[in-house]
Amino acid sequence: MGSGYETVIGLEVHAQLLTRSKLFCGCSVKFGASPNTQVCPVCVGLPGSLPMPNARAVELALRAGVALGCQIRSHSVFARKNYFYPDLAKNYQISQYELPLCEHGKLRFELDGKAHEIPIQRIHLEEDAAKNLHGMGSGTVTLVDYNRAGTPLMEIVSGPDLRSSAEAEEYLKRLHETLMFLGVNDGNLEEGSFRCDANVSVRPIGQEQLGTRVELKNINSFRFVRKAIDYEVARQIALVSGGGRVVLETRTWNDGQGKSLPMRSKEEAMDYRYFPDPDLPPLHVSEAAIEAARRSLPELPERKRARYVESLGLTVADASVLSAHPVIAGFFERAAELLAAQSKLEPAAAGKKAANFLQSELLRHVRTNGLSAEMGVSPEQLAELLTLVESAAISGKQAKALLPSLLGTDRRPEQLVREQGLVQVSDTTAIEAVVRDVLAQHPDNVKLFRAGKTAVLGFFVGQVMKAMKGAGNPKLVNEVLQKLLNEGA
Amino acid sequence: MSAPRITADAVRHVAKLACISLTAEEVARMQRELDSILGFMAELDSLDVSDVPPAFQALGVNAPLRPDVVVPGLDRDELLASAPASDQGGFAVPKVLEGD
Amino acid sequence: MHELVTASVTEIAQAVRDGKVSAVEITRAALARADAKNASLNAFLHVDHEGALAQAARVDASPNRTGLPLAGVPFGLKDNLCTRGVPTTCASKILQGYAPPYDAHVVEQLRAAGAVVLGKLNLDEFAMGSSTENSAFGAVRNPWDTSRAPGGSSGGSAAAVALGLSAAALGSDTGGSVRQPASFCGVTAIKPSYGRVSRYGLIAFASSLDQVGPIARNVRDAARVLGVIAGRDSRDPTSADRPVPNYEAECERDVKGMRVGVVRGITDEGCAPAVQQAMARAREQLAALGCEIVEVDMPHQKYALSVYYIVATAEASSNLARFDGMRYGLRVNGDDLRDTYGKTRDAGFGLEVKRRIMLGTYVLSAGYYDAFYLKAQKVQTLIRRDYAQAFERCDVVMTPTAPTGAFKLGEKIDDPLQMYLQDVFTLPPSLAGIPAVSVPCGLTPERLPIGLQLAAPGFEEARLVRIAAAFERASGWAERPPGF
Repeated sequence: MGSGYETVIGLEVHAQLLTRSKLFCGCSVKFGASPNTQVCPVCVGLPGSLPMPNARAVELALRAGVALGCQIRSHSVFARKNYFYPDLAKNYQISQYELPLCEHGKLRFELDGKAHEIPIQRIHLEEDAAKNLHGMGSGTVTLVDYNRAGTPLMEIVSGPDLRSSAEAEEYLKRLHETLMFLGVNDGNLEEGSFRCDANVSVRPIGQEQLGTRVELKNINSFRFVRKAIDYEVARQIALVSGGGRVVLETRTWNDGQGKSLPMRSKEEAMDYRYFPDPDLPPLHVSEAAIEAARRSLPELPERKRARYVESLGLTVADASVLSAHPVIAGFFERAAELLAAQSKLEPAAAGKKAANFLQSELLRHVRTNGLSAEMGVSPEQLAELLTLVESAAISGKQAKALLPSLLGTDRRPEQLVREQGLVQVSDTTAIEAVVRDVLAQHPDNVKLFRAGKTAVLGFFVGQVMKAMKGAGNPKLVNEVLQKLLNEGA
Repeated sequence: MSAPRITADAVRHVAKLACISLTAEEVARMQRELDSILGFMAELDSLDVSDVPPAFQALGVNAPLRPDVVVPGLDRDELLASAPASDQGGFAVPKVLEGD
Repeated sequence: MHELVTASVTEIAQAVRDGKVSAVEITRAALARADAKNASLNAFLHVDHEGALAQAARVDASPNRTGLPLAGVPFGLKDNLCTRGVPTTCASKILQGYAPPYDAHVVEQLRAAGAVVLGKLNLDEFAMGSSTENSAFGAVRNPWDTSRAPGGSSGGSAAAVALGLSAAALGSDTGGSVRQPASFCGVTAIKPSYGRVSRYGLIAFASSLDQVGPIARNVRDAARVLGVIAGRDSRDPTSADRPVPNYEAECERDVKGMRVGVVRGITDEGCAPAVQQAMARAREQLAALGCEIVEVDMPHQKYALSVYYIVATAEASSNLARFDGMRYGLRVNGDDLRDTYGKTRDAGFGLEVKRRIMLGTYVLSAGYYDAFYLKAQKVQTLIRRDYAQAFERCDVVMTPTAPTGAFKLGEKIDDPLQMYLQDVFTLPPSLAGIPAVSVPCGLTPERLPIGLQLAAPGFEEARLVRIAAAFERASGWAERPPGF
């Protein structure tokens, strides 16, 4: 912005595929197991072991590729990426290089009213590395846990087509939710199942040639994305405009210090000596499999948001909130559908009511963890509750009050209402009686009202509702109060 | 005497890639021997294979896929028994000095 | 010591099945014989007395004993085959003392068939070599003349079988490593088609070429063992999904009308006169059996050595990267991680292994991949095509297995290229992925065995067994090394 430089960002996402076992062996991928208890000769690289590819990992990667509009390669090739490091059991990683599974896709999103279409250069399969045991070992020793080694990953590489940290954040959020809605990734950033590296460079505005890029690693939270990229861009611009040169290197984001720090110099770029893995024949994906993947795609969040706004009466903001998680979206859709059916409301009206209640009352009780979410109640329970309000059997206030008794149970709202005697009172005579009672108890406020201080009505409404334990039909209470207050002048 | 096909510098570079700490003597010997072997292999230079597919693609077999089923693995104690060093269930390895 | 201890695989198995002798008795005799004679050969790196006797006892107690194809048969295993709880070193310092936590597939198959594993046999380190002089634990001696090499890399396996220290052995073959030592030691060995036998648990040298192969004192024995170890393994992605025929049954069949291809111009190149004469005799014997001798061309065979030493070393450089002192085996402590890697691998690997890792790393490195690795892979295709064309005109291709009889220990070890040239005849079938057998076909004037190699199209091991067995009958080979 006024610096004379343009920001160029490409993102590499490593997303764990939602399988039960590893990419090349039958070890479990369950998070949090005791060190080196989910290992076998294959993932620990014992001599004589051989990789056997996981069918489901291929299926899930295929689904992602198809959803992101990629061309699918019918014969892709596993390649070895050779380098020495303790987190690589074989000192090579089995990945894909020249012939990846998917290429030439795109991710669309909207930001500040502008539509963006970011090319996805490639999606390929690869095995994850091992983990170091944090805070253990000593100054000279690292402890390695191979439980994570061999976990199936999809590497999703965008083109260098993002132009701001805001765009980068939006791209990531949209990719993250898309993968969750596809059921191929659980979106769990804390457990490291969705990781992002950013390639950041700057160039003078108008220059076609790309500047030297820096790889920014360890951007493991959506919170960091903007901060890290902004810092790096500022660092590079300051460097370059001061006559310096950006070094081709890998840097890591240190959120504590609020800066990016050099990791290892890529000046002497690593020679990975890629070659097709001679243990693995080419990976074949049939036309039939690709078609099947296309046909079985679920509705994606982008489409859901549009539909929520067009047909279910939501605002763009509400649509965004409710489409953020597949379980929440599914819950909302089902509840709205049931509400419309039971209350005879139009879909848009039912949608609006369900959305409001969800957002104002229910969402704060909801716990998400990766792909699962504890909603607390079922869509059936919510629909029934809102139907009761719609038919004026209970008031909205009463419905809110009822919610805690429903959470974590499968009790039916109708039953609870009967048990608690919460039928909304719409009997004018009964209301009148209470109103007279309340007015009699507060003569000074009556005088105030009749003297012109109509705001006091709110006080009376509160008192009447209190006396009626919230069961009063608010519309009628208001009417009766107004009538009685105005008549006794 | 034509230029060697591989120099001592190249040998040292390759040794670095292969993580083998060759002594100076080993580098010299390796340079001579590899040079001789590479010289022999020069016979391939004259062959024109531009429209021949590489052997790995020519087999016509596809990778078999296994079902996504969890299978019991190794007993940790048995595994760590072979480790040069281990601690608290992890393999103990020297720390890399560069920042990570 | 029981007399059956030096009998054939089929004879021992029959006797144990029939109850004429117990597996334990045979095993005791075999262990005693191995203990007595191994020092003269250095064939066994490790003899597992306890394990062998326990296995033998299980065979004796087995309710299926009468049906086990290898009941009580004493075996040696090349020490690059994983045996659970038993040291598996690949004849390398870097794996000294390493015992795998699992058995190789072929080891499981052998045990299930009733075989008794006596111990692990010496080899060229990581199967890289043609003389077994590259072992970190001392060379193996050829029982026919202990001043000579037994060949390699499965030298320990071939020598042990030749001297009757085991009835049979499993070796591995990447460029000739069961065939050439079989030739030097006067025994029979089969390199199966690539993918015929599972490589799970075979410590890898060159992944696209390695195969486990049986070594025995006659064709029928080798055929039976092949039948036991062949077949699909769901743990090896390169393992072929093809049925296993009855190889042994081929031994009875005649070979009238079989066309035997003789490679024009190549066969006698660089071969010792005795080898040339043995080949001429073999041609006559095959013709007498009713075979038709035809000349075939293999124009690209001469490039096999270069192709092999690019492709195999490239794969090896990657396969041997895992030996770094971090998870198992030798660790030599350095100043930091990189230094530890470097020192461990320099100390742990022998010269030939280092040489091949360096060459392999070089041919894969930036700037050289296209000129070397990719090009070699393409020339490999040309070699395959040569065989495909040859097999349109013949059923098997015959060559010597090796250009000479066994050479003296120390004779070729200082010139790597000289050593590599040993493999000229065995390399092409390896590169083509086709099966090949070596059977003894004569002796040199120094009474050193000469081997005949026959190669067949992919997965035609049955055809190989048939012609090898017929030839064996016709040649009447019954020689044994001194001290058998």
